[in-house]
Amino acid sequence: MMSGTVVDSGSPTAAVPDELSGQILDEDEDFEVFCKDSTFTDGGSLNASMQTSPGSMVNQYKFEEEEEQPDTKDIFVTVDNPESHVTAIETFITYRVLTKTTRSEFDSSEYEVRRRYQDFFWLKSKLEEAHPTLIVHPLPEKFVMKGMVERFNNDFIETRKRALHKFLNRIAEHPILSCSEDFKIFLTAQAWELASHKKQGPGLLSRMGDTVRAVAASVRGVRNRPEEFNAIQDYVESFSQKMTSLDKITQRIIREKKEYLEELRECGPTYTLWSGSEEELVEPLKQMAGCLDRCCRETEEQVQQLGNNLLPILHEYVLCTETLKAVLRRRDNIQAEFEAKNEALATKRTDTEADPKVLSLAWESLVGKDPEEAKQQKHQKLKGEIKEMKEEIDKLEDKLEFANNTLKGDWGRWKKSMRADLRAAFINTAEKNVEHYEKCLAVWESFLLSQRTEANEGDDGDRDDS
Amino acid sequence: MMADTGSEEIAVIGNTDLTPSELENNIKNTMVEKGATLLKRMEINVAEAEKRTGKNAVSMQETYTVYLIETRAVDPSSEGANPAPPDSLWRRYSEFELLRNYLLVTYSFVVVPPLPEKRAEFVWHKLSADNMDPDFVERRRVGLENFLLRVASHPVLSNDKIFYSFLTQEQGWKEVVFETGFQAKSDSRLKALNATFRVKNPDKRFAEMKHYGDELQSVISQLLRVRARVADRLYGVYKVHGNYGRVFSEWSAIEREMGDGLQSAGHHMDAYAASVDDILEEEEHYADQLKEYLFYTEALRAVCRKHELCQFELEMAAQDLTSKKQQREELATGTVRTFSLKGMTSKLFGQETPEQREAKIKTLESQIEEGEEMVKDKNAESEEFVKNAWVDIERFREQKDRDLKEALISYAIMQISMCKKGIQVWSNAKECFSKM
Repeated sequence: MMSGTVVDSGSPTAAVPDELSGQILDEDEDFEVFCKDSTFTDGGSLNASMQTSPGSMVNQYKFEEEEEQPDTKDIFVTVDNPESHVTAIETFITYRVLTKTTRSEFDSSEYEVRRRYQDFFWLKSKLEEAHPTLIVHPLPEKFVMKGMVERFNNDFIETRKRALHKFLNRIAEHPILSCSEDFKIFLTAQAWELASHKKQGPGLLSRMGDTVRAVAASVRGVRNRPEEFNAIQDYVESFSQKMTSLDKITQRIIREKKEYLEELRECGPTYTLWSGSEEELVEPLKQMAGCLDRCCRETEEQVQQLGNNLLPILHEYVLCTETLKAVLRRRDNIQAEFEAKNEALATKRTDTEADPKVLSLAWESLVGKDPEEAKQQKHQKLKGEIKEMKEEIDKLEDKLEFANNTLKGDWGRWKKSMRADLRAAFINTAEKNVEHYEKCLAVWESFLLSQRTEANEGDDGDRDDS
Repeated sequence: MMADTGSEEIAVIGNTDLTPSELENNIKNTMVEKGATLLKRMEINVAEAEKRTGKNAVSMQETYTVYLIETRAVDPSSEGANPAPPDSLWRRYSEFELLRNYLLVTYSFVVVPPLPEKRAEFVWHKLSADNMDPDFVERRRVGLENFLLRVASHPVLSNDKIFYSFLTQEQGWKEVVFETGFQAKSDSRLKALNATFRVKNPDKRFAEMKHYGDELQSVISQLLRVRARVADRLYGVYKVHGNYGRVFSEWSAIEREMGDGLQSAGHHMDAYAASVDDILEEEEHYADQLKEYLFYTEALRAVCRKHELCQFELEMAAQDLTSKKQQREELATGTVRTFSLKGMTSKLFGQETPEQREAKIKTLESQIEEGEEMVKDKNAESEEFVKNAWVDIERFREQKDRDLKEALISYAIMQISMCKKGIQVWSNAKECFSKM
């Protein structure tokens, strides 16, 4: 029951979600495209004017087992150059967003704009609105908790900048999200253009209506959640716990290392102090101090890298689990809505089969109408209502099926990139630790070498063979 | 005040199964080697520690530790053949203390090796400060053995009879020590302190040595404190990684492709966390080496204080002699140069008779003679002390430089070993992560 447009291989086609494509497509055949009804989304997500050749389509759905292919990436986004702006009301930071693209729906191939956090937040909301069951990479947190870091502290800004960079790049890599009109405007519009675009879109009342429906659906709950989504739900629950633990553990390691470093810093100076009282031992003691100072510097670097590489990624994935839970909830709500309507239809049908006499006689006789005619009228009305409801239900069913499929597709995609991200982050951490130890090893070996050379030089009578 | 190394005292190797001719041989050997240290003739080690309970002086139950001292003759003629079983006896820490006190008093010019600490100090949180803790007992055993070896290799101390019977005579050793009457010869703290403040011309070298001892004590204490804090923190860092192990393991249960890599990486994290125990135990050894020299500074200062005391007594004796000579002069010439109570009273209560004066002069003369003898003796004593003490201080200085340099080198070796372990663990972990 899909409404779709059959397209010739020669004509412009829209991007197909990766995970789905294997199910329906064959290289040689024409393919169907899922076209979302515009009632539910903004019209721009499946952009019919997008020029993508069938060849690259084949590429895109062939990579079930492979990594993301750099050759299909055609939008490159950079976030850098944070700047502080002070107005009478507030102080805020903007970031430069640089875009380079070969996509044809972009008028130019390069864009440079400045955006603030609010703008990123707007973009995320719009994308989630348009694609309730797609997984949008999380934004860095709006507020910093625990008062650990000031809002305008350099490290904080740097970390936030990197997270925003990742956020945009994930969207750019996503076959559906990257086609979003809002995304395009975000990347290209001047400040005033963006502001005016933001004001458009569904009005407050309509948005409120959506929210009410969503709340109602979630209150009602889902009756028959498909097993695979239950499995995903369970996974997300556990994964969330693990990521939170790893985040906390890593923070703790950083803290402990910093405290260790503080104490270690006192060793070198103590040996230097000691060397002041000695004669024969001056050299070894001073060198000892030197070695300890160098080890301190290495440890400092190691701690910094931990904070810049592993910790932000773990934190991102903690935020991811929140996104995942929201996506699952939204899918549930869609199903709940569908189920509710179905139930309503069933009720209506039973009403129809019920004895019409009971229905109409009382009122009609009061009004003086012909009971038979009234009965017919009533029947027609009900049939009409039922037909309408069936149409609505069909749409909801489509919506549900679409939602399920996009979620499944994006889920597979998400798992792949999660695996790649975390694997890379842990490998990187392990490498940095090995490097750290190798550097310290070199420091101490040079100490040994110098002591033994001294010993050989100092012994006139003794001949060591070493 | 030297130990009796009289020729009739021969350090006999405690093997009573020797034939008379062998015995004679041995005696000849030892006489030839007289002056060489005991360690060349005898193997010494503190083999074991055991807990005992017994009633103490006030009839209360107490638990204490005893240490097994084993000795065996080093007999060059029996090389290659099976070594004879060692002789052994048990000693408490307090007996070691008694031995050391005896040596301190008897050889006050020697920088006497220190005992390991009575109570655990400079501990970091994982080590207990409990004297009964097996790790502490073990480290103490090593320290006591080290003490015995130091004494046995000292050119002067190793020839001491009391030391020898400490190693070989199980029963009645304490009585023998007390019989030497060494406790009576020891200088009181007060006396020593008094001398330190009032001495006028101590040998400059000793003053510098004393100052050095103070500095060394201060800096080593600081180093030990810092080291304990660093060890504490390092322990924390390593142990937290164990949490990674736990969480990786739990996480691997919900993953299909990533599971194996995560699981094995987790094992390596556990290994990493566990490795810190060995690392810190080795570091403890370094701390013990520093501690020995920390305690040595006290012995060094003791020698310097003894010098001050000798010098002070010499100065006092000389001063006394001078004042007596002055008194004689005054009596002889009738002039009162210095104020004295006697002078005042004689002025007030009348002059003395010539006979009285003669008697006084005679007393003074004999006192002066004694005084001069005293000054000569004290002088000789002081010179002898300075000579012997300085020899030992030089010996000590060389030993300290050698030992501490070795300690620094072994610390570096430890750090290298720690780094190598770290490299291995994280390389293994990286491989596991690659399989994720």
